[in-house]
Amino acid sequence: MRNLKRQLLAGPYILWMAGFILLPVIMILYYAFTTTGGSFTLLNVSSIAFSVHIKALLLSLKLALMCTLICLILSYPLAMILNNMKSKSQGFIVFIFILPMWMNFMLRILAWRMLLSNNGVINSFLRTLGFPGLEILNTPAAVVFCMVYDFLPFMILPIYNSMARIQNDIIEAAKDLGAGNITIFLKIIVPLTMSGVVSGIIMVFVPALTSFAISDLLGGGKVLLIGNVIEQAFMQEYNWNLGSGLSFVLMIFVIASMALMNSWGDENNTGVW
Amino acid sequence: MIKKTTERMYLFIIFLFLYLPIVVLMILSFNNSKSKVQWGGFTLGWYRKLFDNAALMEAFGTTIVISLASALIATMLGTMAALGIDAMKKRSQTVMLGATNIPLLNADIVTGISMMLLFVRFTRLGMGTVLIAHITFNIPYVILNVLPKLKQSSHTAYEAALDLGATPLYAFRKIVWPQILPGILSGFLMAMTMSLDDFSVTYFTKGAGINTLSTMIYTEMRKGIRPEMYALSTLLFLIALALLLFMNFGPASQKEQQH
Repeated sequence: MRNLKRQLLAGPYILWMAGFILLPVIMILYYAFTTTGGSFTLLNVSSIAFSVHIKALLLSLKLALMCTLICLILSYPLAMILNNMKSKSQGFIVFIFILPMWMNFMLRILAWRMLLSNNGVINSFLRTLGFPGLEILNTPAAVVFCMVYDFLPFMILPIYNSMARIQNDIIEAAKDLGAGNITIFLKIIVPLTMSGVVSGIIMVFVPALTSFAISDLLGGGKVLLIGNVIEQAFMQEYNWNLGSGLSFVLMIFVIASMALMNSWGDENNTGVW
Repeated sequence: MIKKTTERMYLFIIFLFLYLPIVVLMILSFNNSKSKVQWGGFTLGWYRKLFDNAALMEAFGTTIVISLASALIATMLGTMAALGIDAMKKRSQTVMLGATNIPLLNADIVTGISMMLLFVRFTRLGMGTVLIAHITFNIPYVILNVLPKLKQSSHTAYEAALDLGATPLYAFRKIVWPQILPGILSGFLMAMTMSLDDFSVTYFTKGAGINTLSTMIYTEMRKGIRPEMYALSTLLFLIALALLLFMNFGPASQKEQQH
């Protein structure tokens, strides 16, 4: 009896989620599969095949993959180095690496726009040294650059967490049995951090695939991602049915990529939180 | 030795990558020149200009109100939900936790759009709709912070208190509450930070009248960058630093949650 009463405490939450998570998704489905008049259609969803849309989707996939890969390559060694530091200040050093994540998302974009601009700090520095300038603002390169900056902590944290969880005994045992560093790395560290890597990839890939603000502000209107196409459909063309149709396709891609990644990882994923 | 040096170098390079933009923003916020490169002397003028900018200040106020209110309400709903979920059978728990993860993993743009589609049916977009949206994506963070604390807390002590004649409420207040309080606090702070940082969901659910800092900066940045923004960045970075220091090393500090 008491137990049932306590379960009821989750009631408001369940109602809230039904109203503001489930119902909104149903709304997207409704708009995605109807015309402005309200009759059934598949046109909104199939319009992903239009060359502009498919191009945007492919570019998004490409940039998101690049961003994820760069984040992974940068984070893995970093997590190892952080984990191997035996000092008492380890907690503080980890703190330093996640701090930038807490500065406003928009201001991080602002910083890179300023740094990368043609007469910005990086270019002036390069030119003073006699190098040619780095004119990447308003190109996909700048977008990937900023995405890596924005999402890197989401990769570092889960990998670091999964590494910190590996018990030293296992590594000691392997050493006693004659395993070399490479064997220890390949047979113990990599498999045991796989769940962290999988969480990291999801945490980076999904926002990178679906972002529209970064490409808008650093792409100079020339880098059109699927997020930008959807945003424009809603906010500029007021074509909600088309926008919903494309959002539906994007949702499918997100779910598919997560399912794919989770099939690689194991059950108890190491989350960021 | 060489290995150690390489490691240090690597840490330093990543550190530079992460902090260079922030440091440059900070320096430029005191620069008495509109140039992004030349130093024109020290000034606090951009800060004065920032505080004189009524629209920005209003957006700042809105941001604070929304993040505080949404974090508070989300903490209440989330803590109650965590208590409820904790009392459920294993299978219902799995289902509930799966559902809780949906908003965390869903793309922000889809979350924002889907809620906008629902809201415009029933009401006008504005502060209220942004608040509801923020509460929605905040609740999961609270649940995921409180639930582990509940799992660790000792059920036997609670049962014992009941056997000794304590009312359920009294036993809860004296035994369960102190054990889950750190989780509630870190859930609250995390919810607040998520809300402060959000752009996409706010962008779609805010309507024409109001702005939070994120959406305001976005609109301003499309017109060009003004040095007041550097001043704003500096202030917000310092606020984030203070908040995070408090979270990690303050009274609510709980090692296993953050790291």
